[in-house]
Amino acid sequence: MIELKNVSYIVEDHGEKKAILDNISCVFDDACLTAVTGENGSGKSTLMKIVVGILKPTEGKVFMDGKDITNLTIDERARKGINYAFQQPVLFNGLTVKDLIDLATKKENSVGVACNYLSKVGICAKVYINRPFDKTLSGGEQKRIEIALALAKKGKVYIFDEPEAGIDLWSFEKLNNIFDKEKCNIVVSHQEKLLKTADKILVLNHGKIEKFGSAKQVLKNLGKKCSMMEGGDVR
Amino acid sequence: MLDKISKNLIEKVAGLHELPNGALSFRKNGKGELIRSTPSIVIEKKEDLSGINIFVKSTCQNEACHIPVVVSESGLFDVVYNDFYIEENAHVVIVAGCGVHSDTESGHNGIHTLHVGKNAHVEYIENHLATGKGKKQINPVTNIILEEGSHVVMKTTQLGGVSFSNRITNAKLKKSSILEVEEKILTDRFDVAKTNFKVDLIGENSKCKVVSKSVARDESEQIFKSNIVGKNMCFGHVECDGILLDRASIESCPKVSAKHNLASLSHEAAIGKIANDQIVKLMTLGLTEKEAEEKIIEGFLK
Repeated sequence: MIELKNVSYIVEDHGEKKAILDNISCVFDDACLTAVTGENGSGKSTLMKIVVGILKPTEGKVFMDGKDITNLTIDERARKGINYAFQQPVLFNGLTVKDLIDLATKKENSVGVACNYLSKVGICAKVYINRPFDKTLSGGEQKRIEIALALAKKGKVYIFDEPEAGIDLWSFEKLNNIFDKEKCNIVVSHQEKLLKTADKILVLNHGKIEKFGSAKQVLKNLGKKCSMMEGGDVR
Repeated sequence: MLDKISKNLIEKVAGLHELPNGALSFRKNGKGELIRSTPSIVIEKKEDLSGINIFVKSTCQNEACHIPVVVSESGLFDVVYNDFYIEENAHVVIVAGCGVHSDTESGHNGIHTLHVGKNAHVEYIENHLATGKGKKQINPVTNIILEEGSHVVMKTTQLGGVSFSNRITNAKLKKSSILEVEEKILTDRFDVAKTNFKVDLIGENSKCKVVSKSVARDESEQIFKSNIVGKNMCFGHVECDGILLDRASIESCPKVSAKHNLASLSHEAAIGKIANDQIVKLMTLGLTEKEAEEKIIEGFLK
């Protein structure tokens, strides 16, 4: 379980203070899929980076299973079980897909075991396993492998930042099956289809919580907005 | 035959736990300790100079020839001239390499010349490593003449501990021959590593690709220079990627010179520190910042 208490993230913009996140308090439960949505620039990714430890809140605290983790580094939080799939996968010069799976699982895996992680995200594993994780892979391939890495690492909290971006419809349908329902899953998304599968939805607006509640309740309020958008994009 | 230091060095530069079977020339502290020929690879000691002549016959197909060198005597600066004569259609893997261990100043200059016959295929692997407290120099010179249709893949690695190195490679490529070079250099402390490639693409349809990857740490300095000269309808590409850490410096000058209007030549160079997002990504997998940095370097030089 992740809990944020009065978290703010304030930056200097042309000499003026700007709140990217403003006094956010919320709980992401275990055995729950929480979707975080909102307009571009509403602070969704910033919020996730604060949970992961990539950014430090300028105010407020972050708790994991009741323990204050605000001052823990990224790797300390990762070892406690916070897993993160980046919105934009980070590419490497020389590290292969298997190298990264081995790092995520903290052991040298057989090709068969490593392939299983890739199969979960619907790619033909043997073709990819020894390929470098670099720009020679398409955006969709990078994205799926990024998700596979987050899943390969054992954890308690799984955060996926726009996992649907760059993924075709076929695999998008499969995405819902990859979440471990027993864990604390947080998904940043604009996609109505994905939001509908969530247990809870958090809507951010200009760095503040606009709505937070059960998916049914929140989607009902967003209904008018959704119906206006072809393809179910709620932005 | 192998003492502890030699064993350690040979393992690191040639990946060998013992001296291998097959064609072999093992040189230690300026003297040829063991020379062994095979029916397809004949190794002879030079009469006039320090070094060996290696004759690779056409019958050699996928055979390896190991020529490791160890310098463990303090104050010794070993110079050796090795000439390779590779016959038409031969296919050989040459594993050269030098390990220097010394607590005073010492070093090794290996001057290798490869005459590569028509349609022959050569994989040339050369690793360099130095250990001990003293200043160590390794200055390899490799001259390659590629006859028509021949193909040379040259993989060189400087593994670390070498205080000063000046690597010079000269190649002349005739019709339809191919040269591929992969160079990897890691320097630390106050090491200085210089590399200089000169490739002449003389023959029609000759091709050359030079890729240099380097990591410079601490206060070390690297200078990479290359010049690919196109004198016919040919293809040449040179690239240099460098990772800079601490207060190190890398100077890269990949040059191409077209002397023929059908020469197609390109170059690229990129030097920079490790991208922060790469470190952050590996930290999200549970690695510390230091472990992430090491992993990225390992992958980069792999």
